[in-house]
Amino acid sequence: MAILEVEDLKVYFPVKAGIFNRTVDFIKAVDGVSFTIEEGKTYGLVGESGSGKTTTGRGIIGLETITSGRVVFNGADVTSRKSKSKDMRKDMQMIFQDPYSSLNPRKRVIDIIAEPLRNYERLSKIEEKKRVQELLELVGLSPESIMKYPHEFSGGQRQRIGIARAIALKPKLIIADEPVSALDVSVQAQVLNFMQDIQKELGLTYLFISHDLGIVKHMCDEIAIMYKGRYVEQGTKYDIFQNPQHIYTKRLVAAIPDIDPRNREKQFKFRRQVQKEYESSYSNYFDNEGLAYGLQSISDTHLVALPERG
Amino acid sequence: MWKFVVRRLLITFPQLILLSLIIFLMAQAMPGDALTGLVDPNLSFEAKEELREKLGLNAPWHVKYAEWVSGVVQGDFGESFRFKMPVTELLEQRLWNSFLLGVMTLVFTYVIAIPLGIISGRYNDTILDSSITGYTYIGFATPLFIFALIMLFVFGYQLQWFPTSGSVAPGLQPGSMEYILSKFNHLLLPALSMALIQTVSTVQYLRSEIVDTKQREFVITARAKGASESRVYNKHILRNSLLPIAAFFGYEISFLITGTLFVEQIFAYPGMGLLFLESINLRDYSVVNAVVLLFGAAAIFGALLSDIILSIVDPRIRIK
Amino acid sequence: MSNKLLELQNLKTSFRIEDKYYAAVDDVSITVNKNEVLGIVGESGSGKSALAFSVMGLHNRAKIEGNIVFKGKNIANSKPSHLNKIRGDAMAMIFQDPLTALNPLMKIGDQIAETLILHRPNMSNKERTEHVIELLNMVGIPRPVYVYEQFPHELSGGMRQRVVIAIAIANRPELLIADEPTTALDVTIQAQILDLIRTLKNEMHAGIILITHDLGVVAEMADRVAVMYAGQIVEIADVHTLFEKSKHPYTRSLLNSVPAEGQDKLHVIQGIVPGLKNLPRKGCRFSHRIPWVDPSHHEENPELHEVAPGHFVRCTCYKHFYFPDETKEVHIHGNPRG
Repeated sequence: MAILEVEDLKVYFPVKAGIFNRTVDFIKAVDGVSFTIEEGKTYGLVGESGSGKTTTGRGIIGLETITSGRVVFNGADVTSRKSKSKDMRKDMQMIFQDPYSSLNPRKRVIDIIAEPLRNYERLSKIEEKKRVQELLELVGLSPESIMKYPHEFSGGQRQRIGIARAIALKPKLIIADEPVSALDVSVQAQVLNFMQDIQKELGLTYLFISHDLGIVKHMCDEIAIMYKGRYVEQGTKYDIFQNPQHIYTKRLVAAIPDIDPRNREKQFKFRRQVQKEYESSYSNYFDNEGLAYGLQSISDTHLVALPERG
Repeated sequence: MWKFVVRRLLITFPQLILLSLIIFLMAQAMPGDALTGLVDPNLSFEAKEELREKLGLNAPWHVKYAEWVSGVVQGDFGESFRFKMPVTELLEQRLWNSFLLGVMTLVFTYVIAIPLGIISGRYNDTILDSSITGYTYIGFATPLFIFALIMLFVFGYQLQWFPTSGSVAPGLQPGSMEYILSKFNHLLLPALSMALIQTVSTVQYLRSEIVDTKQREFVITARAKGASESRVYNKHILRNSLLPIAAFFGYEISFLITGTLFVEQIFAYPGMGLLFLESINLRDYSVVNAVVLLFGAAAIFGALLSDIILSIVDPRIRIK
Repeated sequence: MSNKLLELQNLKTSFRIEDKYYAAVDDVSITVNKNEVLGIVGESGSGKSALAFSVMGLHNRAKIEGNIVFKGKNIANSKPSHLNKIRGDAMAMIFQDPLTALNPLMKIGDQIAETLILHRPNMSNKERTEHVIELLNMVGIPRPVYVYEQFPHELSGGMRQRVVIAIAIANRPELLIADEPTTALDVTIQAQILDLIRTLKNEMHAGIILITHDLGVVAEMADRVAVMYAGQIVEIADVHTLFEKSKHPYTRSLLNSVPAEGQDKLHVIQGIVPGLKNLPRKGCRFSHRIPWVDPSHHEENPELHEVAPGHFVRCTCYKHFYFPDETKEVHIHGNPRG
């Protein structure tokens, strides 16, 4: 069952200029993105800086005003005016990139984690404390640490506090925006493992936003590649890594450093070859404005942005 | 950059109009008018009313405002009830005096602030730095009017190095060398008193800017190029640290205006500040209005000026 | 003539915290040869950047002990005036964050020209400008004449990093230190910058120290790799040995915590990297992260042991190390991600 359906999502930011600061143009941060996530799955959204991947996530959860499009979550349209009440978004939570700046340094752990509880549920002080302690235990932190401040924790521990806050209301969908980019390799592993564990335990669905294809490959069932606000390709892990069709995807996949030093020369050659192909066939993949075309279906699971045939 | 300047100028106009309106309405709201203090209190109510009518004091406020503004635009601030002369003429000399005092104070302010700020920032947490910051704390804590009085007492009356009142010695031919020197001599003590107090915020600001800039990465890049410490400071740290100081310039002007109110009074220096206080006491509203308007306009133009300076020095603003 | 370009002998760099000195780099000895890329891998707090800054003499208030022998001369603790002749000339550095590494108020061209002014004072203005434009060309910046007049904020991150590299290579350094040169960049840009560094190495035959936390970058770039943990080198070997026959528990754990083909569960290293003040100064520094290994297997004063020619491993605990959980060790064979 689809838990999240996004239809033709657009988020435009006005560009102001001139003496009177009038809106002269729009930055099309997200320009017609559609996708569906099945319950319990992890959907990866990959792109480089400026691709609009983060804005897509923020638009879905309502942190960014969407220009047009529909977001259907759990069978209900969350973008329609009458459902703007916050209850609709209770089942959807977000994990942010930077565990250092996303937690208020002046608040204690209990206040950080209890914040969503206070917004949606009326709990007594004792109940609240119990819930926060349970959550801390769930994310592998000591329940005694509820009175501590964020700076008393390491980066990985802080990210777990962020996760505890996100799962406090037992959400169905978590939007994870670059959840491990700011962390060291070994801490990254810790957080990723943990995200997989609680996914099984709580039946969570993830929208996993990242620039790191290696991590996305490890975590996700389905993957979409974004470029300048549009999708260039979407498919299963196999589609994207073994059978990439769009030149941008190929370039992205080729750019990942290979962790086997013996493949070095092969990898360099491959990269050069893809770069050549990119330069020679650019106009086959991008329109006059340098944007991706509309998506064409090339198999049941695989969509690629190609010009209309015929 | 021109777009930026034009846009910035466009914002200035409504600011000026708002300023003039507020000044005018506040003056209107004050109890009493020019007549109250001037006419014979034994005059009958009817006679006073007649006089008011004749002087246009009874017209509705917007008519009076329109009249006043159209006058102001042509450089006519009306007549001073007290001096019985056009406000413009009265202001001319005073404005010049205050302008000189202001410029002199600014020069002293920066002559003191820049070297002290640089030394303090560059050698932070040394004894030298501690003494400089010590001075700034004393400066922050000392009220200007007390400090100015002490200066006047010590250097004016006790040591008699400087004149104690006025803006020029009497009887000198305007334009002569003696006249200019005497003017300068009269300026020194009030300007220095004001600058010594006012400069401390700039010293502190510059110090913290330098301490900040020192730790920025491009400074490490410069060192990695093999640049000597003095080159690193002169070419990289200073310019980046002075930038916010330039932005601060506009506020400096507002402080300057507040400062002149005290200092001109204390040194009996015939400038705008002194005129302002005298006129308030005598309810000479046309003068008060004119002075406040000029003060306000100076503050607005100060802000404008610092924005323009910033747009010239900072390429990041220049482009937009 | 010896092939040795740089030799660190028992380098110890300490920082003062509350009146006590703590060593961030603790007794590091390595050599960098001409025409060689030495990768230094470690997580934050391992001391890898502190090491780079020590070599360049860029630490402001650090205590440096041991020798830094560059081209046969010890430059540790030498006078700034002496260092300034070397820095930017025979020895140069590329920084991590191109967004902050350039002076925001100075033209791109002038920032590159500055290194030339400092080290080649006899160059005429015209020659210098031409040389800067040639450098911009070399690092692959389109329209160099135009970019010369631009300011940093007008360029993208990738372009700025090229400028940073142009500054570093302006005087054809013999030793180039690259401190996380691609961490702040997108992967496609990273690939281009790494390609550029490789090309420059082949052209200039410089020795390069490449500092990174990204094992993929090391695998692609380095000839030899040193792994740092808690201020010490725990393993050093040529790149193939390191990725295929690594011995030290930390290296093996690190390799296992990166997502790779056929791996369901990533390995998690227990505990956290200790802060500078809390670094264990006695015994095996990694011991408390592998508590299941019997304490008797650690050395009292762990030393680097040469297990094969050119392959050094610190402490004897590697002989007894195993992964306690279900993670199966991944050996790098074939392309793990493609």
